[in-house]
Amino acid sequence: MATATLGNGDPTLQASERQMVLPTNLLTGIILAALGYYVGVQIGNGFGFNDGLNTGVLLGYTFGSVMFLVGLGFANYPLARLFGWPIAPQSSGDEYRGAWRYLNLSLDHKVIGVQYLVAMLMAMFFGGVGAMLIRTSLLSPDQLVVPPDKYLVLVSMHSVMMVFVASAAIVGPFGNFFVPYMIGTNRMAFPRLEALSFWLVPPAIVILLAAPLFGGFPTGWTGYTPLSEQAGQGFDSYIVGFALIGIALCVSGVNMLTTIISLRAPGMTWTRLPIFVWGVFSASILGTFAAPILASALIMQGFDRSMNTSFFISSNGGSPYLWENLFWFFGHPEVYIFILPAFGIVLELIPHFARKPLWGYRTAVVGLLGVTLLSWFVWQHHLFVSGIAPALRPFYMFSTEMISIPTGIVFLVAFGTLWRAKLSLTVPMLFCLGFLFNFLIGGLSGVFLSDVPSDVTLHGSYFSMAHFHFTIVGGEIFAIIAAIYYWFPKMTGRMLNTRLGKIHFWWMMIAFNLAFMPLFAAGILDMPRRVSTYAPSLQALNQWVSFWAYLLFASMLLFAVNVIWSWFFNAKLAPADPWHARSIEWLLPTPLPRRNFERIPTFTSGPYDYGNPSPRPAVDLSPEPAPA
Amino acid sequence: MIRPNRTHALRLLVAWAVLSVIGVVIGLQLSLPPGSQSQQSIEQSWLLKLMTLISTPVFVGVVLYILYAVFAFRQRRGVLEDGPPSYGNIRIQVAWVAITAVVVFILAGVGISELDAAATGTNFTSSNAPALATSGSVGTTEGHALQVQVIAQQWSFTYRYADYSGVESLHLVLPVNANVVLHVTSTDILHSFWAYQLGVKADANPGVDNVTYVTTLQTGSFTVRCAELCGIWHGNMSDTNGAVVSQADFATWIAQLQKDNLSIPVPSYAPYYFPSPRVKGT
Repeated sequence: MATATLGNGDPTLQASERQMVLPTNLLTGIILAALGYYVGVQIGNGFGFNDGLNTGVLLGYTFGSVMFLVGLGFANYPLARLFGWPIAPQSSGDEYRGAWRYLNLSLDHKVIGVQYLVAMLMAMFFGGVGAMLIRTSLLSPDQLVVPPDKYLVLVSMHSVMMVFVASAAIVGPFGNFFVPYMIGTNRMAFPRLEALSFWLVPPAIVILLAAPLFGGFPTGWTGYTPLSEQAGQGFDSYIVGFALIGIALCVSGVNMLTTIISLRAPGMTWTRLPIFVWGVFSASILGTFAAPILASALIMQGFDRSMNTSFFISSNGGSPYLWENLFWFFGHPEVYIFILPAFGIVLELIPHFARKPLWGYRTAVVGLLGVTLLSWFVWQHHLFVSGIAPALRPFYMFSTEMISIPTGIVFLVAFGTLWRAKLSLTVPMLFCLGFLFNFLIGGLSGVFLSDVPSDVTLHGSYFSMAHFHFTIVGGEIFAIIAAIYYWFPKMTGRMLNTRLGKIHFWWMMIAFNLAFMPLFAAGILDMPRRVSTYAPSLQALNQWVSFWAYLLFASMLLFAVNVIWSWFFNAKLAPADPWHARSIEWLLPTPLPRRNFERIPTFTSGPYDYGNPSPRPAVDLSPEPAPA
Repeated sequence: MIRPNRTHALRLLVAWAVLSVIGVVIGLQLSLPPGSQSQQSIEQSWLLKLMTLISTPVFVGVVLYILYAVFAFRQRRGVLEDGPPSYGNIRIQVAWVAITAVVVFILAGVGISELDAAATGTNFTSSNAPALATSGSVGTTEGHALQVQVIAQQWSFTYRYADYSGVESLHLVLPVNANVVLHVTSTDILHSFWAYQLGVKADANPGVDNVTYVTTLQTGSFTVRCAELCGIWHGNMSDTNGAVVSQADFATWIAQLQKDNLSIPVPSYAPYYFPSPRVKGT
């Protein structure tokens, strides 16, 4: 019993963090970050190699990020333990109240979920603005609106920013917020790591946004050497910013895995785990094991730039292939970090709006874990034409095509659940159906790319660009928006406007498909990716794409209006269970109490027991205390 | 309970079959790039078409199912009913996995056999090739393969004809009905040599001789582009003056080229090149 109390204890017992001379809050963090940046630059410039001042910028970003975390209060607890300072127990909740709570270090998973949601929506806005500038520049092939060097900066900023968003925008907001509820615990296994996984994100975004001040970087999100060696200090933003995201992914992965494995409430067996938790679980496996590879490879590039190592510098005996392989060995699991939780969301939402149990639950789990496993064996399909040993290509072609089997399972489970269902076409459900359509196109086009001979034509063209936008925007972003519409009432206590939501769905669905569908044709018609100019014959096509891309962006602005208006200018409290769903988060009151569960609940059945003639309650929220 | 299941399934199956057949028939009319200028592009066009044909029934099936579900399996307005509590059907699941697996195996099998054909079909006998041959047998499907080095640099491609005393050209000109071995390499950073109509794409890496093959079948011009991000003029790194010409025209052209002796700024011949070491502090 004692361990159970410890494991599911009160979050407030951990929120005892003020022992430093300075008050630890966001302002201190920002001041210390600026100080750290200055010191880092001075040390780097003073003692670093004569290397185009990369050492200074790299150290400045690193010191700045670390000092930011110290200023927020991340060092308090370790220092207190180290020096034996008293750790003051706090009686109630976080140090800060109201909105200020969301701008400071909080160990409450609900606060962290909301922090993540807002940060991700803001990052998505920055990335979206980048996309609009790219499309503006591609209105004509004459390279006059945006000069080619600035164009590449835009492409790189857009891609890296959106990769940040795609990596964390499901597990961050919804994983942190809802996994503890869904498995019946009051907190994550490591609340400080949970907070750290969030607070690494704002410095990463700021550092990335700082890149244009140093001339930006021309490499896209792949950061290939030796092109990166030609880049100036802007590329240091890529290294530090992306490494911070990698650390955040790893930290969050470890935390999620531990939480899901060890903090499940009584009765929450592995076969009752909501499928969304399985999605988070499988993405967390990938985050835990793939992200360190990214971070290490980035540190190696940082050393190449600052300390005259030559891991990747071919003129000094290094190999660009090493970077390509390290990057994609992380990079392919990374794209399943994007999509696995999105599968989780879609399969989680469909049963509630189909009012049927999730059809083939165990098969769905096998599908998710199958993708997780296979994702480690496919990365060289990004390198089919790079000059890898030809004997390797059949294997990677086969393993890549194998991915369609577990992905097909996800579709089967969705279809089985839709069979003779009682569908309500709510806004979240519309986005789930949109996901199925878009991801179908993304998946089928992936098969075209997986085949080596056809990949010879399609690789590096707009076809592959259209393919991954269909999977990430049409797939993951649609799932994220479905999740926002679905869980917003529980997270914020406010419903999103349904009418605006439906307009948003149709507008976004149509604009997205009309914008990206022609890009498959552009690729087949000989348009390479990441070009600032193109064959004049493709101008009409590109203008069409830009037009619909603007409308796609406008649909997201409508969404932003809906979110802001419903959240801040709508006094009406959402009902506790607006969707009449059976899963546990909807059985709790809205607004959610500070403490998740007064007593750790006991689960008595799975979350999708619709249509069962003798429905048992899914969960016993106030179980009898066990006899002493 | 059984009958409605069967009705829905039958309707879906019939609609799926009809629409798929229509889709496949339309798909068969498509003529997909990259065309028929080389053996490789014919293979790629055929594979793209095959995959379009295989994807069509999948696409039709999924879209049809979603639409059918939306119209046939709707909640009645104003009521909240649960659907039938079915938790899965192991036979359907096994069948589904089996079918997708079979499709995957077929696709992979076709792909791998095409790959083998591409690797072994070219009658590549460079070891017998005289280094500086000028006889008519060079670069024919009967004779030995024509060796061309593709040197990428920021931001242009240079072609060096090893069989013709290493003469260099800024445009790739190839004889028709010839086996060509392309040695793709770079003097600075990564590029990717993409001869679109020839169905050739190979990354150009510094310090690497990336070998790829093409068998030309039809005369005509082709476009060369760079398909790997290589800095600011990446989009401009293209040449629309590549050409496959008749054997006689090729002989004339290469003789003229040798006579002109253009001075193109590329390093003297080596199997591959390294960028000059980075100078610190610049």
